[in-house]
Amino acid sequence: MASVIAARHAHADGREKAHGAFVVIENASGGAVTATRSPTLHHPDTRHPSPVTLHINGADNHLDVEPRVTLLEALRERLGLTGAKKGCDHGQCGACTVLVDDRRVLACLTLAVACEGKPIATIEGLAVDGALHPLQQAFIDHDALQCGFCTPGQIMSALACIAEGHADTDDELREFMSGNICRCAAYPNIVAAIRQAARQMAGGADAAL
Amino acid sequence: MRPFSYERAADLPAAFAASQDAPTTALLAGGTTLLDLMKLDVAAPARLVDITGLAASTPALAEIRPASDGGVVIGALARMSAVAEHPLVADQYPVVSQALVKGASAQLRNMATIGGNLLQRTRCVYFRDVSIPECNKRVPGSGCAARLGVHRLSAVLGASPACIATHPSDLAVALVALQAVVHLAGSGGERRIAADAFFLLPGDHPERETALAPGEVITAVELPPLPVGARSHYLKVRDRESYEFALTSAAVAIHVADGLIAAAHIALGGVATKPWRSPEAERALIGNVPSRPLFKDASAAAVAGAAPLPHNAFKVPLARRTLERALATVTGLAEGEMP
Ligand SMILES: Cc1cc2nc3c(=O)[nH]c(=O)nc-3n(C[C@H](O)[C@H](O)[C@H](O)COP(=O)(O)OP(=O)(O)OC[C@H]3O[C@@H](n4cnc5c(N)ncnc54)[C@H](O)[C@@H]3O)c2cc1C
Ligand code: FES
Ligand code: FES
Repeated sequence: MASVIAARHAHADGREKAHGAFVVIENASGGAVTATRSPTLHHPDTRHPSPVTLHINGADNHLDVEPRVTLLEALRERLGLTGAKKGCDHGQCGACTVLVDDRRVLACLTLAVACEGKPIATIEGLAVDGALHPLQQAFIDHDALQCGFCTPGQIMSALACIAEGHADTDDELREFMSGNICRCAAYPNIVAAIRQAARQMAGGADAAL
Repeated sequence: MRPFSYERAADLPAAFAASQDAPTTALLAGGTTLLDLMKLDVAAPARLVDITGLAASTPALAEIRPASDGGVVIGALARMSAVAEHPLVADQYPVVSQALVKGASAQLRNMATIGGNLLQRTRCVYFRDVSIPECNKRVPGSGCAARLGVHRLSAVLGASPACIATHPSDLAVALVALQAVVHLAGSGGERRIAADAFFLLPGDHPERETALAPGEVITAVELPPLPVGARSHYLKVRDRESYEFALTSAAVAIHVADGLIAAAHIALGGVATKPWRSPEAERALIGNVPSRPLFKDASAAAVAGAAPLPHNAFKVPLARRTLERALATVTGLAEGEMP
């Protein structure tokens, strides 16, 4: 097993040499282990950057990314869209929440290459011609943030939460927004802000409340 | 993450071939387990084969449809959120719906698939931390750091000297209780296996977690029909109210006919090395009049074989009371609670 692990790592490090249907992998001690590889599995080395088109907030963005680049890294480090935040990078905080195919997902556990052709919405696309989205305005009205680090993720998550119909009561909202952690614990105000925006977005009679 | 190549599986045979090539190649579904573990360097595949697009050519892989016998078949690529909300599941199998909604977060449930959920890896901190040399699951034969380390979250049932890691899935607990069937396919054909048998006890080989063979993929999960009038429920107890794995959980389905329990399906989560079906509790219940004392006895039977360690001893009474409460809730005998 140890040699398999060594081989796997050697492989991952790119120290493999192809010999027809065999892959020769040099293990840590310099010895070679061979593994057969069926011809159908032979594939070009696509670990290197390849072109991908990301359709973000209505516009196409062409970039070259390695497969290991997450959507979050592509947004922040390649496209300058730094609204989505890297809090934990492991799916545990929700700061990186964006919409892909109109559903809220975590950009830190999504590969950029896997998003080719899918509509992506980020916080940067919410305000129209400088006019804040009702959710953005509600967060300001209710003072629903302190440091603001979690806020873009909270707002994108809330947008989807309302669309899903999970914002009818405070309890339901808390449960369906639990994937967004706020280290400043602005939770009561976040709940109030989302409830206000949900009413406004539904155009209800009590929208002004 | 280490460099890797990425491609989309063109068809199921491509997925079989990729599965044959594990762990050098890994199938990518929602990625919520796999990419997390790759960032931690616990998994280091050189090639990812994305199977999420397969539903375009094989729609059944993402469908939720009635089975001919009255049960429900759920495609392996169906997302947790879609399954939880589907009327066929939510109406007939509340225990499955509840287990899904109480798992992870709304974002993760939109990404995660049913197949991936069953194959998620333990959250044992020693498994997830490559700087710790000892973990028999991660490096077979290296030892178990949890036994002498911090094991508050570890298993009290089904552990072996080699491993005390719990199985993290909530869905799997509901599936094992219901005696669901996992559909597998490979180049050699298709096979079906009971959910309980799909998950393996750690024994001397905790690195082997399921009956999935190299070259196979999960294609679906089948929920058998429940008797008309049967009720089911999932109760999950956590360190915090939401977005957390179970300390203890109970999946129960009960059918009461003529005042007696005619059928009982019971499994515990959070406490065992695999989703833990309890034939002991089922036997204690069947044929009896539902009552709080009966539930107390049945719940005690479910944890009678527990072997706790110093930090996780609290799980034994907690699991007992979790099951007791789930049974009371599902039969309408809980105080101040509606089933
Ligand atoms: C912060 C956090 C909290 C969570 N909380 C919970 C919780 O409370 N309860 C709970 O149950 N879960 C929880 N999860 C786990 C989550 O449910 C799983 O990560 C998810 O279900 C895995 O599905 P996926 O499609 O993303 O799998 P992937 O990560 O894509 O795949 C997981 C594994 O399965 C393999 N695979 C996937 N599909 C197939 C298939 N059809 N056939 C063969 N192999 C396949 C992959 O190769 C990989 O090895 C949590 C996860 C995170 C990150
Ligand atoms: S950065 Fe994605 S969930 Fe924390
Ligand atoms: S406002 Fe600071 S983390 Fe939420």
